Amino acid sequence: MITFNIDGVKVQAEEGSTILEVARFYGIDIPTLCYHDELTPYGSCRLCTVEVDDGRRTRLVTSCLYPVAEGIRVKTHTERVVKGRKLIVELLLARCPNSKILQDLASKMGLEHVRFKMEDKDCILCGLCVRMCAEQMGSGAIGFVGRGQNREVVTPFRMASEICRNCGACMYICPAVDLQCRGVKSPGELCNSCLVITPQCLEKYGQVMCALESCGACVEKEGK
Amino acid sequence: MRRIKTPLELEALRNSLVHRRDPNKPHVRVCLGTGCRARGSLDVAEAFKDEIEKQGLEIQVECKQTGCHGFCERGPVVVIGPKDIFYQRVKPRDVPEIVSKTLLNWEVVDRLLYMDPATGQKILYEYDVPFYKRQTRRILAYNGQIDPTDILDYIAVGGYQALAKAIANMSCEKIISIVEKSGLRGLGGGGFPTGKKWRLCREAAGDVKFVVGNGDEGDPGAFSDRSLMEGNPHSILEGMIIGAYAIGANRGYLYVRAEYPLALKHLQIAINQSREYGFLGKSIFNSKFGFDIRINRGGGAFVCGESSALVASIEGKMGEPGAKYVHTVERGLWNKPTNLNNVKTWASVPMIINEGADRYAKIGTMKSKGTGVFSLVGKVNNTGLVEIPMGTPLKQIIYDIGGGILDGKRFKAVQTGGPSGGCIPERLLDLPVDFEKLTEAGSMMGSGGMIVMDNSTCMVDVARYFLDFLQNESCGKCVPCREGIKRMLEIVTDITAGRGKEEDLELLQELAETVKDFSLCGLGKTAPNTVLSTLRYFKDEYYAHVRDKKCPAGICRDLIEYSILEDKCTGCGACLKLCPQQAIDAYGLIHTIDPAKCIRCGICRDACQFGAITVK
Repeated sequence: MITFNIDGVKVQAEEGSTILEVARFYGIDIPTLCYHDELTPYGSCRLCTVEVDDGRRTRLVTSCLYPVAEGIRVKTHTERVVKGRKLIVELLLARCPNSKILQDLASKMGLEHVRFKMEDKDCILCGLCVRMCAEQMGSGAIGFVGRGQNREVVTPFRMASEICRNCGACMYICPAVDLQCRGVKSPGELCNSCLVITPQCLEKYGQVMCALESCGACVEKEGK
Repeated sequence: MRRIKTPLELEALRNSLVHRRDPNKPHVRVCLGTGCRARGSLDVAEAFKDEIEKQGLEIQVECKQTGCHGFCERGPVVVIGPKDIFYQRVKPRDVPEIVSKTLLNWEVVDRLLYMDPATGQKILYEYDVPFYKRQTRRILAYNGQIDPTDILDYIAVGGYQALAKAIANMSCEKIISIVEKSGLRGLGGGGFPTGKKWRLCREAAGDVKFVVGNGDEGDPGAFSDRSLMEGNPHSILEGMIIGAYAIGANRGYLYVRAEYPLALKHLQIAINQSREYGFLGKSIFNSKFGFDIRINRGGGAFVCGESSALVASIEGKMGEPGAKYVHTVERGLWNKPTNLNNVKTWASVPMIINEGADRYAKIGTMKSKGTGVFSLVGKVNNTGLVEIPMGTPLKQIIYDIGGGILDGKRFKAVQTGGPSGGCIPERLLDLPVDFEKLTEAGSMMGSGGMIVMDNSTCMVDVARYFLDFLQNESCGKCVPCREGIKRMLEIVTDITAGRGKEEDLELLQELAETVKDFSLCGLGKTAPNTVLSTLRYFKDEYYAHVRDKKCPAGICRDLIEYSILEDKCTGCGACLKLCPQQAIDAYGLIHTIDPAKCIRCGICRDACQFGAITVK
């Protein structure tokens, strides 16, 4: 067992586990988009970044990939980390304004407007579908192509894949496409409905999908 | 069978080579580096061959085709040995004269000599040329001396002796401790202590280990790895074999850009020859140690120079980086311990083994030892490949070696370390070039590119250019790098187009810091360097663009206006004929430019011989 410190709490974990796994086990909430328990961690969304002090220096690391080590001190919500996460959500929202998962995160983080030019895409390129298809479905029918701005998830040569079984696992796991935020009236606008509605989402906004899976922001707001 | 089995055999071969070669035999060394090739040195080399044949001098003189000499600005470069007379800008038609005058009678062809612009004096010998005189050529020592396609040339100058010494007389532990003591650091830009890396890799668990040579130099304006691979491939191989022996690896990979065909060719020839002589293969020098190297060609992705992306690429996966919390020395290629070093680092190893750690460590600064190789380019008089001791001030590199700024203009900034490096302003010109000092100044050592900019450069435009490069070269895996660079580029482009607002600068700063902090790999972590350093040192230029909607350097097309000075215009009509937009009117004698039609291409300014066209 390895003993270390998260947010001032002494914790124990098995060797080989990652900071994120341990933090979640102890009930510490670290936001993620590209992480899934059953898939290989990928480290692309960067939301799970935390600050780690290993005795020599303090640095920002990806908690879903960082293996725990004896004596490290982890801080999951420092000002630098929270500020960075917020900007990452802002960047992603500018790309995919209608993604409910992003709108929810924005509400949670108190992000009120996006300072970048809005685009209208759906895919956040988290790679969950690619990993799902390859690792859990044993198929590997989809993958990333292109670099930088041209990166996208497609089937090989953009043709109907012979090995795709139409199982739908990619759609099942996709955090961005399936759930569209219905609160957004025009593209580019931030929903933030959960921040303003009282007392219950469902009554007032029958169409708002966040009623299905509460982000909790409205409850917190009411509590204050 | 030419296999060399013992150090003694190698020594005997070297002695016989040295004896067979008359040191006083006149010879020509034609630079066939890429820069000189572009200026036609292949034709020059061919002309020398033909002329020597024509005059029947095959026995008396020799023509050698070498790698890059370094002084690319004055190419094609030809050196006549053994006196080392230096001829520059040689054309095929000069060849007969050189052969009959210099090679046969040691008469100098005056017009081909290099003239020092500072003193106006003509310089006869290569070692007296200021560009070379102030350099310390160690990694590049034999670059202009030997034929890279001939292993015997390399053996004659003492090649593979370090390997013989290492295998015959040194334990693996001893080699690693020598490299550690020498203070050699990763010359690909990372600066990680090489000896420490080797030790970690040696101590890592596993019986299969790999060594990798990184020759995937992709920075615009950098050609130091390229010149080394083209000019002295055996030194890289020798370093890798020694490293593999010390670490306990049996297989090596050289990852080289496919866009470097000559480097690939020379490396492959070198590997084949090395195998033939038994320096690669089974039981090297009759020991139990066997090692072989294979070349992997990079597919043109800048990011594949990053170690984890490079490893993925060799494995046949998509070239994108992964987290490095478990270092490649523990789990690299196919999850086996892998030691990855830049080709310049590998090439430094034989030198360290030959001369010992102390002598190597004598050169350089406290923390950065040895020499650094830089590609000095941009608005500088002497463009070329430069090797200097670590800790040499920038000023010395740019002014003493580089010969100052082109056309007598004023220095503005120098960008070190490629597209992810920072721009260093004039007031920091005394900065010594080493790993720490460059990082402190907001730049980095990087691949050794050094781009000099004069006062006609717009720093906002420079930031825009490099962001544009990086936007296309980001692998796109992680959000801050993919989206962040795109947005930074968007903001900077807006600023150069006159659409910038003052709060954009704050957003740009915030964005740049987040991209730096949150990106997954080195590319993203360093990508904002140009933005951060220009914001730090050239903020007033950003303000000029944002507040006054002016581009002080006169570069950003949307913020400038061309006009004709009445008192200087002679009405010659040169500009009028060339203007692609017919934007110049000539009512009477004096011309005027119609700003509505003008596309600010600058052709008229270049055409005007009277300096009558100005940019506001």
